[in-house]
Amino acid sequence: MSEMAEALQAEDAVKRFGSVTALDGVSLDLGSDELLALVGPSGCGKSTLLRAIAGLVSLDGGRLTLNGTVVDDGQRRLPPEHRRVGLVFQEHSLFPHLTVSKNIVFGIRDESRGEAKRRVDEALELVELSGYGDRFPHELSGGERQRVSLARALAPRPALLLLDEPFASLDPNLRVQLRGDVVAALRATKTPAVFVTHEQTEALAVGDRVAVMRAGKIEQLASPEEIFHRPTNRFVAAFMGEAAFLPIEAGTTTLGAVDMSHRRSATIAMVRPDDVLFTPAAVDSGHHGDFSDDEIVASEFRGATWYYTVKLSDGNQVYAVGSHLDPHEVGDRGRLEMMPGHRLIAVADETQA
Amino acid sequence: MNSAAVADRGEGKARLGLGDRLSLIGWPVAAWLAALAVVAPVAFLSTSLLDPNTEVWAHQWNTRLPGQLYQTAVLLAGVSIGTLIIGCSLAWLTGAYRFPGSRLLGWMLVAPLAMPSYVLGFLTLSVFGFPGPIQTRWRAMFGQDAWFPDVRSLGAAIVVFTVVLYPYVYLLARAALRDQAGSSYEVARSLGAGPVEAAVRVVLPLLRPAIAAGTAVVMMETLTDFGTVQYFSVDTVSVGVFRIWRGTFDRDAASEFATLVLAFALLVIGLERILRGRARFGQAAGEAAGIEPRQLTGAKAVAATLTCVSVLVLAFAGPAIQLLVWALQEAADPKRASLTERYFGFLQNSLILASVTAAVCVSTALVVVNARRFGSRRSTGVATRLTAVGYAVPGPVVAIGVILALVALDRVLESLGLGLPGTVATGSFLALAYAYVVRLLAPGINAVEAGLDQVHPDMTATARSLGRRPLDIAGRIHLPLSRTSVITATVLVAIDALKELPIVLLLRPFGFDTLSVWTYNLASESLFKQAALPALTIVVVALIPVALLSRQISQPSGVASPRQSAARSG
Repeated sequence: MSEMAEALQAEDAVKRFGSVTALDGVSLDLGSDELLALVGPSGCGKSTLLRAIAGLVSLDGGRLTLNGTVVDDGQRRLPPEHRRVGLVFQEHSLFPHLTVSKNIVFGIRDESRGEAKRRVDEALELVELSGYGDRFPHELSGGERQRVSLARALAPRPALLLLDEPFASLDPNLRVQLRGDVVAALRATKTPAVFVTHEQTEALAVGDRVAVMRAGKIEQLASPEEIFHRPTNRFVAAFMGEAAFLPIEAGTTTLGAVDMSHRRSATIAMVRPDDVLFTPAAVDSGHHGDFSDDEIVASEFRGATWYYTVKLSDGNQVYAVGSHLDPHEVGDRGRLEMMPGHRLIAVADETQA
Repeated sequence: MNSAAVADRGEGKARLGLGDRLSLIGWPVAAWLAALAVVAPVAFLSTSLLDPNTEVWAHQWNTRLPGQLYQTAVLLAGVSIGTLIIGCSLAWLTGAYRFPGSRLLGWMLVAPLAMPSYVLGFLTLSVFGFPGPIQTRWRAMFGQDAWFPDVRSLGAAIVVFTVVLYPYVYLLARAALRDQAGSSYEVARSLGAGPVEAAVRVVLPLLRPAIAAGTAVVMMETLTDFGTVQYFSVDTVSVGVFRIWRGTFDRDAASEFATLVLAFALLVIGLERILRGRARFGQAAGEAAGIEPRQLTGAKAVAATLTCVSVLVLAFAGPAIQLLVWALQEAADPKRASLTERYFGFLQNSLILASVTAAVCVSTALVVVNARRFGSRRSTGVATRLTAVGYAVPGPVVAIGVILALVALDRVLESLGLGLPGTVATGSFLALAYAYVVRLLAPGINAVEAGLDQVHPDMTATARSLGRRPLDIAGRIHLPLSRTSVITATVLVAIDALKELPIVLLLRPFGFDTLSVWTYNLASESLFKQAALPALTIVVVALIPVALLSRQISQPSGVASPRQSAARSG
């Protein structure tokens, strides 16, 4: 059974700082080459969970298991230097007084000189920085520094890699490119990893699975598609993308029938802006009597698209995107409909206890 | 492969080797041992109150004690009021106005810190005393019986301490002015308050915590002294401890009397807390914008420059030149050839004591500061705080406390068959160095801590996740990255040890005289010219930390001055 051990298993992990409960019974597991994105608003406990896994903070309750070995049972914990868990932080992490090579070799111990050198070269090659070994951190760009951090964390061949908002300090364009490179390096080395971020797009792009955290609890743990399209509750739906909510009455809403298949008792339905289409009345006037009941109350230019707030005839508001070729004005009336093939999804409304 | 083995083995609990366990538990244990060593002297001293010797107290009460209490109180009050007025006025003058030389004078005004009170004290006596040049001329002009204020008086002692210690208030007030007062002052002005009204109603209250801290340090420095005051025939409670111990070597009587000094120290700390009130003015978020200085012109500018220059000349330049002239005269005098020889002997003693103190303080500081980084906050936080209390305990209290602690240690060791040498408890190098470490550990810890603060905790975390033990990380990451601060700490502690007088006067082993003791002894015999050379040496060396300190006036944020932080935490 230890052959198939999960890379990481958290069972009911609890951590308190004074009166604040940072982790409130977190359970999750991670396959042996899986990439898990941990996302949530700041202060939700995601960094605490990461630090507990690394051994930097100890749990007050529950259990953490790495590769079948219990490393923290709420009473005793294995110190970080004995966990074989690699860490990549946002910044501050390269040793500024050591060259790139010496930074990387710091974590390679008990190896011959030749083997250590080979491992350093291998790590540098992995992050496409061969030949950078003699540079000092201050001679590198922000992106290069993060690549070195990754190389250094991977060089000791960790059993698990933890990344804490590793790209938060980089500019957006560089970030997307580096994100792809990092995922590629993790796949190439088959290193399981937990990737913490507060950005939903990053979480959806990176994770094999995504865990959404709030107030010390995991709200949902599922594939990116599931998280985005079938969120369990209002918080996950709103946090993972723009969404409006309509009340459900007898299995239907103003915009039509709701898919209640996975949440029968739900009282609201989620509408994402790309689910709906707004057709202005002027285009084909004179068809139905109630045709021009929906009204655009706000619009926002987003470059490739326009983003509209539409007030429905029953007073509810939903968001819609429209093409930049055919912009509507605030005050335009028309009809808002579901896009063909899109469905309204029922979600739990945890704000109504 | 140890760590790999732990993680790779299938089911079950992780197992650590003995070495790994030691490397984890060693840090908090070491930190607590250091804390214990610092607290022990004060603790032993306090217990002596549990069994008071009424006879001793009755005797003291009938003889010197009432006068000592009165003089101590007046001295402390006088010096704190004096330093408050001079320190705050100079801080406001140099911080809020620009006039010829204001920048340079701004940091030079810290220089008097390099002049120990026992040096300025004897210079004052030599110049203004009865046989001195001023009074001689005075008598020549106004007759033999012309009235002249008595120099050997409480008033003169207050003046000397004020002149030497005002820079503490000045420094903290300047720093607070720079870090906090800027925007508030401007807002007050924009709301219609004039410069004076804005200063009094907005800036002064904002500076209150800083001023309270500065004044507390001033009082502590005044309280710890019993050398300078004796030049001026002032009798304080600290003098009382000195008299009892050096006169009778009666441990119990001295320790009971020292608790009185401790009581005054607690009073000072309490006073600081009250003065500071509930105010906690952190540095304002964003840019630390100081008050934009206003340009002074004409007579006002001249007056401002003259004020600063005259303070500097009276407090530092004049005395320093006098020392230099005398030292050169003495050196040129062939009769004094043996002097130079003895000088090097004393210098060597001073250097040995200073190096041992600095080495022990800084290595202890490294252990304590690293322990806090590696251990949990719960297990080491209190220990770190405790190791810094020595700085808030007056020298005589530390000295007597150390003797008591060593006696207790001796008893324990003796019962184990390992007695310490007999003289340890009356005056030995060990006792002296121990007392110095207790007293000077705080500046060492503060400086080293400021250095390690530059190493982000995430960096330590990453290093640990790479499989290195804490000791490895302390040596290969923390130490190289905080090297400058460690050197600064060493220099600060060594120089403080070189200047120190009260503890060495109480505890020096027979025949072990340092530069400061030699200066004091010669000055006590009114051999002022001979005292010039050792005094000048101390002043010149003491200028080093002062230069480090004054650099902070121009730098927005840097390593907090050790005294500053000690005052804050004390």
